[in-house]
Amino acid sequence: MYLSSIFASPERVTRLIEIGKNSFQPLLEGAIAYTIPLTLISFICGLALAIFTALARISGNKILQTIARIYVSAIRGTPLLVQLFIIFYGLPTIGVIIDPFPSAIIGFSLNVGAYASEIIRAAILSIPKGQWEAGYSIGMSYSQTLKRIILPQASRVSLPPLSNSFISLVKDTSLASMILVTEMFRRAQEIAATNYEFLLLYTQAAFIYWVICFMLSIVQGRIERRLDRYISS
Amino acid sequence: MINIKDLHKQFDQLKVLKGINLEVGKGKVVVVIGPSGSGKTTLLRCLNVLEQPTSGLLAIGDQVLDFSQQVTKRQIPPFRRLTGMVFQNYNLFPHMTALENVMEGPVTVKGEPKETAKEKGEMLLRKVGLADKIGFYPFQLSGGQQQRVGIARALAMEPKVMLFDEPTSALDPELVGEVLKVMKDLAAEGMTMMVVTHEMRFAREAADEVIFMDGGIIVERGKPEQIFSSPKEVRTSQFLNLIQ
Ligand SMILES: Nc1ncnc2c1ncn2[C@@H]1O[C@H](COP(=O)(O)OP(=O)(O)O)[C@@H](O)[C@H]1O
Ligand SMILES: [Mg+2]
Repeated sequence: MYLSSIFASPERVTRLIEIGKNSFQPLLEGAIAYTIPLTLISFICGLALAIFTALARISGNKILQTIARIYVSAIRGTPLLVQLFIIFYGLPTIGVIIDPFPSAIIGFSLNVGAYASEIIRAAILSIPKGQWEAGYSIGMSYSQTLKRIILPQASRVSLPPLSNSFISLVKDTSLASMILVTEMFRRAQEIAATNYEFLLLYTQAAFIYWVICFMLSIVQGRIERRLDRYISS
Repeated sequence: MINIKDLHKQFDQLKVLKGINLEVGKGKVVVVIGPSGSGKTTLLRCLNVLEQPTSGLLAIGDQVLDFSQQVTKRQIPPFRRLTGMVFQNYNLFPHMTALENVMEGPVTVKGEPKETAKEKGEMLLRKVGLADKIGFYPFQLSGGQQQRVGIARALAMEPKVMLFDEPTSALDPELVGEVLKVMKDLAAEGMTMMVVTHEMRFAREAADEVIFMDGGIIVERGKPEQIFSSPKEVRTSQFLNLIQ
């Protein structure tokens, strides 16, 4: 059988170990130089966008509401890969040329903004009306109440779903390989193209994604415990 | 101190307040009683401008809001600052300690330095008997303690008038007394107060006047003894029979 022949050959095993060792560093570099920054920057920009979108959705202003609703609907209703292609391959045809990395940032931020805005909106709406009124009753304005009273409580509510979005984003950044960002997965593709060890390289990349996401879930647990300190158990 | 003239409040088609007229002198304590749905909460919320009256006039001290004219958004915060509101279900900020709850208004709204606000907060919490609970979160406090933090939080803004909406009705019976005591002390200090409550003992001991509301109007008003022992209106005596 093919399977047994693979492992039966000692030369093959040596070769795999050799390639694995050599490719580990470029993959890790891709993760550190691109995957992680791409994730972090997109998430922060996306979150800011999400808060504005959520506030627009719950504002009394019909125009803002409509803009926010169309934005969320358009992003959620179209594939992320297609969005990235429009930005990187589509826009140049009307003279808007953006480099791969900023293109990816724009695409991922817009995406996070749309999905996270729904999470934040639901979290804000879940805070009892009495909290707004208590804020108003001591003379706070809308924005003061929002910032000091509502958002701190809403952030606790929205942390688990936002963490899920964040972890999804780490994995979604592999799509940036399709618009020439030399992040981790693209490097795996490039190395594999020279030595045909697709299984090894892609598994290695998968492993690094897994390690990153695993560490993130530990951080998530810590933050959740911190935010839960004012909730009885 | 408080002057309410022909106050109306309507939710869509539902007329909740149908022409309230009321004057409350400085340092006076008015207890508002009446059946559920008679508009007591709405009246207090109008004074705190958590609800916008449909028409009528509100005056507290020398500040006036005339709702027969356009009232702008900018007029509301300074007017609201004249009243402190104590809610039936406390509405403490759950993510802040007792002290932080009390400091929040002075620091965020008045821009007081943290140190000053902290001193004042500690003083107020001592005053409501919670000197040893300063660093506790609301979930660590009993209902009576939470409500006393609520009173301290409102007092921290140095309002001219305190509004209480059934402050003890969510409390276990054994916790009612500690809250009423704080309120009585406040009354004795000369605070002008409007209190919706069915605690007749409190009304007898602390109120200068009792007001009976029904169906969005003030049906009867008078000294506590007079209202409780010899009400003039049939509706008042019917109601008092129900709750006593
Ligand atoms: N925000 C609101 N929207 C519509 N109706 C309301 C609102 N608030 C109160 N009401 C109605 O107004 C009436 C008086 O309510 P309320 O002032 O709470 O009475 P009370 O405090 O005397 O029990 C009730 O019928 C209530 O359903
Ligand atoms: Mg009520």
